[in-house]
Amino acid sequence: MLKKIFTWGLKKSLWVYHAGASACNNCDIEILDLLTPKFDVERFGIVLVGSPRHADVLLVTGVANRQTAPRLKNLYDQVPNPKVVIAIGSCACSAHMFRDSYNYVKPIDEIIPVDIYLPGCPPKPEAMIDAVVKLLGKIK
Amino acid sequence: MFDLLRLMFAFIIMPGFLFTAVVGLLATWVDRKVTARVQYRQGPPWFQPFADLAKLLGKETIVPEGAAKAVFLGAPLIGLAGATLVSTIIWMVNFSHGVTFIGDLIVVLYLLTLPSLAIIFGGSASRNPLSAIGASREMKLILAYELPFILAVFTVVLRTGSIMFGNILGYQLANGMMIQSCSGLIAFLVALIVVQAKLGVVPFDIPEAEQEIAAGALLEYSGPALAVYKLSRAMMYFILPVLLITLFMGGIDLSFWGGIAWFIIKYVIILTLIILIKNTNPRLRTDQAVRFFWGPVTALAAIGFILAMVGW
Ligand code: SF4
Repeated sequence: MLKKIFTWGLKKSLWVYHAGASACNNCDIEILDLLTPKFDVERFGIVLVGSPRHADVLLVTGVANRQTAPRLKNLYDQVPNPKVVIAIGSCACSAHMFRDSYNYVKPIDEIIPVDIYLPGCPPKPEAMIDAVVKLLGKIK
Repeated sequence: MFDLLRLMFAFIIMPGFLFTAVVGLLATWVDRKVTARVQYRQGPPWFQPFADLAKLLGKETIVPEGAAKAVFLGAPLIGLAGATLVSTIIWMVNFSHGVTFIGDLIVVLYLLTLPSLAIIFGGSASRNPLSAIGASREMKLILAYELPFILAVFTVVLRTGSIMFGNILGYQLANGMMIQSCSGLIAFLVALIVVQAKLGVVPFDIPEAEQEIAAGALLEYSGPALAVYKLSRAMMYFILPVLLITLFMGGIDLSFWGGIAWFIIKYVIILTLIILIKNTNPRLRTDQAVRFFWGPVTALAAIGFILAMVGW
């Protein structure tokens, strides 16, 4: 019963934290777009929070390099359980065209467990909403 | 024994914790909804604050390494207890004017600082530099707004000649609402601005300042501890307007249906004012806020006080 209430709460109120692991900034802009009045994700209870401690969802953008990889891991550990990670953009999903770069270490999903991959360069806000809807279906 | 049970009931269910929490959460929803409408958005559904709370209660609480654990986890509870107690005192007096004691107004003034103190304690205990900045900002904000607030409240005391809620309500019953007099109106405006700061909403959300110091004093909180903070914040959304109504607008008359409707109208007016101020102003810097409170607002409060002395 308590678990049910909690799951309901989690589904209706996802607080997202935006972890930019050195993206080219375009994915970040699209995430900001998502939070503008036009798309109004607060309808679904999605709110951008400023501290990883408050977050339920980690939005990761960009390719992890030597500087950001350990910090990303650190950030992930700071989010209280239960938590989900969405990799936004082709960079976060597969390292994209930066694969051969000198400072590339390893894919995001080898650093932290990724639940949803959302390719696109950058993905549209509509695609992100779609991803979150799919995520909600996954939460049980 | 029976008395004790009745006290427990008053504190925990009606009009204490449960009642205030539910109405307060609904008030935060109104706040978010109106904010959304001001920005031409749809806004969250009515159960949003409840969903947030349910979720937070189910999450893990992380105590940061090196934090003072007892203070870190105890501070939110202190704030919640303070808010609950204030609500109980004010409501019981409004139910029946006889349930008042000497100086209950002073007690409420002190208890009202508890939620802010809780934020300071929690922020300083969490061993995070940004939280410490948030805590120190909250401290400065308290220093800034308490002076005009006390002046405004004592304008009422001066006019009614009593520091008991029961007598203040009785006076307003006989002589009309406080807000109808010149000094009462000024004191009300001052108190309204102070309430804005006590709630920690824009333009005085300096201690939280999401964009500059993440979430300030609450940065390290997660799970149930954060939920308790959010809850006491929500309860303040209900209590502070009720305090204003009690002091300046003749209180709440629950003996007939019209009285309840009249109370709801007063409450909604104050809440709307708060939300509109919130949505039409940018955040002030700390020094600006202190200057604002100690300058124009205190001057205004002093004028109200003097007017009350000459009997306007
Ligand atoms: S996926 Fe494309 S838009 Fe996004 S960060 Fe990578 S290069 Fe930039």
